[in-house]
Amino acid sequence: MAKFSPYENNGGTCVAVAGDGYCVVAADTRLSVGYSILTRDHSKICQLADKCILASSGFQGDIKALQKNLAAKELVYEHNHNKKMSCPAMAQLLSNTLYYKRFFPYYTFNVLGGLDSQGKGCVFTYDAVGSYERTGYSAQGTGAKLITPVLDNKLKSPNPLILPARDAVTPLSESEAVDLVKDVFASATERDIYTGDKLEIVVINSSGIHREYIELRKD
Amino acid sequence: MFRNQYDTDVTTFSPHGRIFQMEYAMEAVKQGAATVGLCSCTHAVLVASNKPASELSSFQRKVFRVADHVGVAFSGLTADGRVLTKFLRNECINHAFVYEAQLPVSRLALRLADKAQVCTQRSWKRPYGVGLLVAGLDETGPHLYYNCPSGNYFEYQAFAIGSRSQAAKTFLERKFEGFNKYTPEQLIKDALSAIKETLQGEKLTSSNCTVAIVGRIEDGTAEPFQVVDTKRIQAIIDSMEAAEEAPAEPSSMQEEDKGSDAAPMDI
Repeated sequence: MAKFSPYENNGGTCVAVAGDGYCVVAADTRLSVGYSILTRDHSKICQLADKCILASSGFQGDIKALQKNLAAKELVYEHNHNKKMSCPAMAQLLSNTLYYKRFFPYYTFNVLGGLDSQGKGCVFTYDAVGSYERTGYSAQGTGAKLITPVLDNKLKSPNPLILPARDAVTPLSESEAVDLVKDVFASATERDIYTGDKLEIVVINSSGIHREYIELRKD
Repeated sequence: MFRNQYDTDVTTFSPHGRIFQMEYAMEAVKQGAATVGLCSCTHAVLVASNKPASELSSFQRKVFRVADHVGVAFSGLTADGRVLTKFLRNECINHAFVYEAQLPVSRLALRLADKAQVCTQRSWKRPYGVGLLVAGLDETGPHLYYNCPSGNYFEYQAFAIGSRSQAAKTFLERKFEGFNKYTPEQLIKDALSAIKETLQGEKLTSSNCTVAIVGRIEDGTAEPFQVVDTKRIQAIIDSMEAAEEAPAEPSSMQEEDKGSDAAPMDI
């Protein structure tokens, strides 16, 4: 008799790329379990605040709970401070929320993207227990190992130890970044069975939030 | 009135069956600055008059958003009001978390009333010294509730609480029958007129009142609870004053008008 596991991996991949004045957050829409597909049309992306988007892959039950938890905490913050949370503030909150469950973790692999208080794009990448880092780009989920080398090739953030200090944002334009994201997802879809169906791309910039859907291979 | 024997704590009844501490708490509400609430069949409006503690200070905030669909305004011990607002916000957030739906306004008023009642039946507590006007929109439309320190709550078409609120209530009693058909703008105008009655001669400006509105607009979408900005309020006040002066002789705005009253007027 197999031992009951409280976790399940529902698969999927999330990617975020930060630019100067924009941030692209993308995730596929396939939900799987084992070798089966549960649905082809499930969003992994959640808007937490004005300029702050969370994309999570992993166990969908924990993802949903985590998103609801963060949304409620954001509302409390809004009531207390009379403004919506900034992306760096939400980044810290997400880290604390994840570590709070250090001994029964949220099985979620998160990427937080948005604009910081100066209007520059920011991406924060997390592990399951809240260790996080601000970077210029990130991929998490089942397709991450296929995508990250390509992003490194195109966007490698400079080593933070070298001088002179350089920005962590990519020199690409917004449309170039979106095209790059589409390409990497197409590649990941080829070899990762858990990634495919549709790609949801959300772009945040100074004029607001823009969402588009691209078809991916359905096999 | 000699009622000092039975008013030491809230767990003592008087021989006439009254709890004086509770009534004293309601007195605290009557001493607070005036607050008015009105409801139509699409919107609910709250107006609070802003009385600064001194000329040098700013005024106490008395109108608070509790959730997207509901807000409160209160009169009395505003510190108690702040604490209750925190409680109400928490209730709304928790309900939305569990049920993924907005907490209906009547249930919110009920939870507040139950919390207030607890303080009337514990010897180590005191009643909340604040009356709240809870205005919100839910599936059944806009609602206005008044929550007393006693733990009672009632739904109203329009109500006023605080000092000199009787003047506002008289004004509202004259006009309430038409409220259901009002546009949001008319609702705000009448709410401001009601608050004006409580000012007793002092000029109404956008800086001595706070207006908030919540409701459902024509296309069916909900307008979330928000404080109306001062520019819009000033524009409404100006248009109200212009409308008042229009029927009078256009030649002057002040006392000189009295002389020409003798001119023949049609019935």
